[in-house]
Amino acid sequence: MGGNPMSILAKHGAASVAQRHPDAPIIALHNVEKGYKMGGGTSYVLRRIMLVITPGEFVTIMGPSGAGKSTLLAILGMLDPVFSGQYWFRGLPVHDMNVGQRQSLARAEIGVVFQQYHLLDDLTVAENLSVPLDYRGVSRSDRAARVADILDRFNIVGKKDLYPSQLSGGQQQLVGIARAVVAEPSLILADEPTGNLHSAQAREIMELFARLNAAGTTIVQVTHSDENARYGTRTIRLSDGWMES
Amino acid sequence: MTNPSDSAATTLVPPPNADALISMRGIKKVFVTDEVETHALVEVHLDVQEGEYVAISGPSGCGKTTLLSILGLLDSTTEGEYWLAGEPVASLSPADRARVRNRQIGFIFQAFNLIGDLTVYENVELPLTYRTGESALGATERKRRVVEALEKVGMAHRTRHYPAQLSGGQQQRVAVARAVAGEPAILLADEPTGNLDSRNGEAVMDLLQGLHHGGATICMVTHDPRYAEHADRSVHLFDGRVVEDTAHVGGRRGDAPLLPA
Repeated sequence: MGGNPMSILAKHGAASVAQRHPDAPIIALHNVEKGYKMGGGTSYVLRRIMLVITPGEFVTIMGPSGAGKSTLLAILGMLDPVFSGQYWFRGLPVHDMNVGQRQSLARAEIGVVFQQYHLLDDLTVAENLSVPLDYRGVSRSDRAARVADILDRFNIVGKKDLYPSQLSGGQQQLVGIARAVVAEPSLILADEPTGNLHSAQAREIMELFARLNAAGTTIVQVTHSDENARYGTRTIRLSDGWMES
Repeated sequence: MTNPSDSAATTLVPPPNADALISMRGIKKVFVTDEVETHALVEVHLDVQEGEYVAISGPSGCGKTTLLSILGLLDSTTEGEYWLAGEPVASLSPADRARVRNRQIGFIFQAFNLIGDLTVYENVELPLTYRTGESALGATERKRRVVEALEKVGMAHRTRHYPAQLSGGQQQRVAVARAVAGEPAILLADEPTGNLDSRNGEAVMDLLQGLHHGGATICMVTHDPRYAEHADRSVHLFDGRVVEDTAHVGGRRGDAPLLPA
């Protein structure tokens, strides 16, 4: 491995660290816990989570409402830094990072698909796809090229000037996934990505995830649907914040 | 399908008032699905003056969300005239509607609609970065507006947090900051307390009240009469028409202009 991973991150950026540690698990959680102080004690949302995910996996997180699934996904996505325990991302200690380090790592490596509301109503499809690139400091000309490419890959060139309200739910989610993929993340996190869709649309979305996974992207999805879980390579179950083995 | 009372009413309606911030005349909205026509708005006349705080209420299905979408230029009208800030906007192209919307309208939604992988700061800044041409904003001006808006809602200490780290009430305050940062002519709020408990709901209502006292024009859709009372004026919709338009005692304006309902 060689060298302090944090200093490599500072010197070369997150992508370079990923290249230096191709065999490290993409995610390793060690005793991750999250709780809130309530009255005299602590109310836990996540308890002693131990989880290793290797590159190329397609992992499904299942469990009843309130089990901690979305909280776990937010921690994995580096959208919630308040937890105890260790979170290693490709050998890098996320638990020791400051806001800026976490953010640059997340933006280099992770794309998030939400159940809804990740498209801005007053931006066109093409503009919505450009947003993540904008926040990753991609130059204007490069942005246009990457957006054109992703429109092509997702077969939505004809929709580029439409607004989200002019699309069906399935089409909006297609754009939502395109938005998560446009910056070429190595990990996609999806929180109930088909929660608002009809079954035919849901199947299309899941097949798209399967293709992205086959092309090498690691995927972690949260879902209630057994059918969606079948697209994954492994299922973990959460219950009251505990991971069932 | 013409209704004789429609045309009788139309003759009594004055032309659009270009001095009002919002002036609607004879707004109709018909949705057609599977050969069934739904008349969501039958005939709406409405004037809103600068600085007013108007609550739009009515039972579900009365057309209030449709009206808000049209007010906010998210949707087009089937028929009728709509003037916003002295300009006719009813027949703009979708692209021009978007431009006017981004410049003049600030939205506050029931479900907050923050983007989960952007920080609080970035969520508030985002709509500002999409202004082009004459209304384009430089980085310094954007920063000033974002910080000021977050200060107004008491969230300036959370700029680098993500929505997942915030409570529902805090998320809605950030959403209010996002709407305010554009310095829009009007704030449109669609059931802004709908996803909040009563304590957080009250806090958001107080925030809107404060913005109103600072000069903001607000139109809020709500089905909750307690929240409607926060406004100076209540517009009641029923079956796609304005059936009641009343100024509240103690409101800043006592001159609610009741156009023929």
